[in-house]
Amino acid sequence: MRKTLAVARRELAGYFYSPVAYVVGALFLLASALWFFYRIFIPGNEASLRPLFEAMAYIMVFATPLLTMRLVSDEIRSGTIETLMTAPVTDAAVVVGKFLGVLAFYLVLLAGTVVFLALMAVYGQPDLGVAATGYLGMVLLGAAYLSVGLFASTLTPYQLVAALVGTAILATFAIMMQVLVAVGGEPWNYLAAKLNAMTYFRDFSRGMFDTRGVAFFLSATALFLFLSVKTLESRRWR
Amino acid sequence: MIEVENLTKWYGPVCAVDDVSFRVEKGMIVGFLGPNGAGKSTTMKVLTCYMPATGGRATVAGYDVLADSMAVRRNVGYMPESVPLYPEMRVRELLMFRAALHDIPRRQRRSAVDRVAERCWLSKPEDMMRRRLGELSRGYRQRVGLAEALLHNPPVLILDEPTMGLDPAQIRAMRELIRDLGAEHTVMLSSHILAEVEQTCNHLIIIAGGRIAAAGTPAELRQRVVGPSRIIAELRGADVETMVETIKAIPGVRDVEQAASDAWTRLTVRGDPQLDLRADVAELAARRGWQLRELRREVGSLEDFFVQITYEQNVRWMERMAKSA
Repeated sequence: MRKTLAVARRELAGYFYSPVAYVVGALFLLASALWFFYRIFIPGNEASLRPLFEAMAYIMVFATPLLTMRLVSDEIRSGTIETLMTAPVTDAAVVVGKFLGVLAFYLVLLAGTVVFLALMAVYGQPDLGVAATGYLGMVLLGAAYLSVGLFASTLTPYQLVAALVGTAILATFAIMMQVLVAVGGEPWNYLAAKLNAMTYFRDFSRGMFDTRGVAFFLSATALFLFLSVKTLESRRWR
Repeated sequence: MIEVENLTKWYGPVCAVDDVSFRVEKGMIVGFLGPNGAGKSTTMKVLTCYMPATGGRATVAGYDVLADSMAVRRNVGYMPESVPLYPEMRVRELLMFRAALHDIPRRQRRSAVDRVAERCWLSKPEDMMRRRLGELSRGYRQRVGLAEALLHNPPVLILDEPTMGLDPAQIRAMRELIRDLGAEHTVMLSSHILAEVEQTCNHLIIIAGGRIAAAGTPAELRQRVVGPSRIIAELRGADVETMVETIKAIPGVRDVEQAASDAWTRLTVRGDPQLDLRADVAELAARRGWQLRELRREVGSLEDFFVQITYEQNVRWMERMAKSA
């Protein structure tokens, strides 16, 4: 556990040195601010962050792989993976540590959006309960997205490839599935509805706490972290 | 401290290490010598648990590298070839991180880091420990890599090409440091430069084409190289047969080869090991009234031996590849 945290802390510190993280963070905050001020923060509108959360959930399909792409890929490319994997640390501790590191950075980014909520509270009465479930949804969704990105990063020494693979997987579950629900035939549209990340997320953004959503995002996180450990282990055998 | 039995490693269709066995006893400084691509790094990666072998067994500090991987990693300090470091971290930051990975209790980390910094000349200049790893020169990177390997004070040190890319002064300093470390640690280092390991190590393992070509102390190897002593003599004053017969009669002479050039006869005399036959030949020539133009003893150097073995192994390896293709 201590070693996991050591890995996590190193990773988090790495984000504050990395220009990519700053650019992604700035773009994310800029996009959500634009969305907030042009679509939500208008006199007469409902004082709710719901539309913002939904927009952010889509932005995250592209933003999270950019945050996670360097996690393992960079270590493979630079060779530091060799010192890491010959230290007395299990592969699982490395994966979980890296995941916690990027999750912490994600939470920092997310905390930046609390400003919008505060602005709303000044000019209206937003439902704080709804906002809280919305944030919980963002955290759960973020955890699942980041684990997908981390998995993509264990596959290749090239960060760009890792980002593209991550985005492709996320787009499948966040965008493709919605399309499939609309146009798919009998059994497929039902299956797609079950795998659609956005269905689960919408409940949270509307202020509904649904254990199905919690189970979906947490099990997705666990699955992709498990796959990351396995691909990392398999590197040794190649 | 290190035991390797029939170690084999295939990378897909390429055999990098082919049925290698050797032992490293406690307190040895072993030089793992071989040309590029001989399988040195691969063997080291197996010993440090970075990757498993395809076949065979290896134990380090008494632990099996497969079954007891964590115990091996705790007992080995490893410096990989070309010393990969996180460029954005600072020297002290990196060492503190590595200390945490090695289970050094929080309160002892700072002193452990200071100890290795002192040992590897990182405590001077003053700001050294605050510098970013990405800005360090080759020599300093190497020192940081060595400091990393020493942090948890492991009984076994495995250093892959520790002097590669250093300038002559740095090479000498590194050599001295490694010799010092040999007092407390069992050291295994790799190199493709013979002179390098000959001066640092008290034991050599020469590997080529994935196989061990020779192993022993430098003195033992040198003896094997010199083998039977060999003398070149150029004489005149009698017919060739008489000269060959007379010299063959000297005790200790094994055989004599002859090559006549103009009026002089060039003889190559092979004798028993450790025997210097020059005096006997000179005396004989004087007694018989032969003229002597040249008389010298040929000693094969370890360098020749290394080059020759490397060459032979490479030829054999290529033949094997051709056969399997």
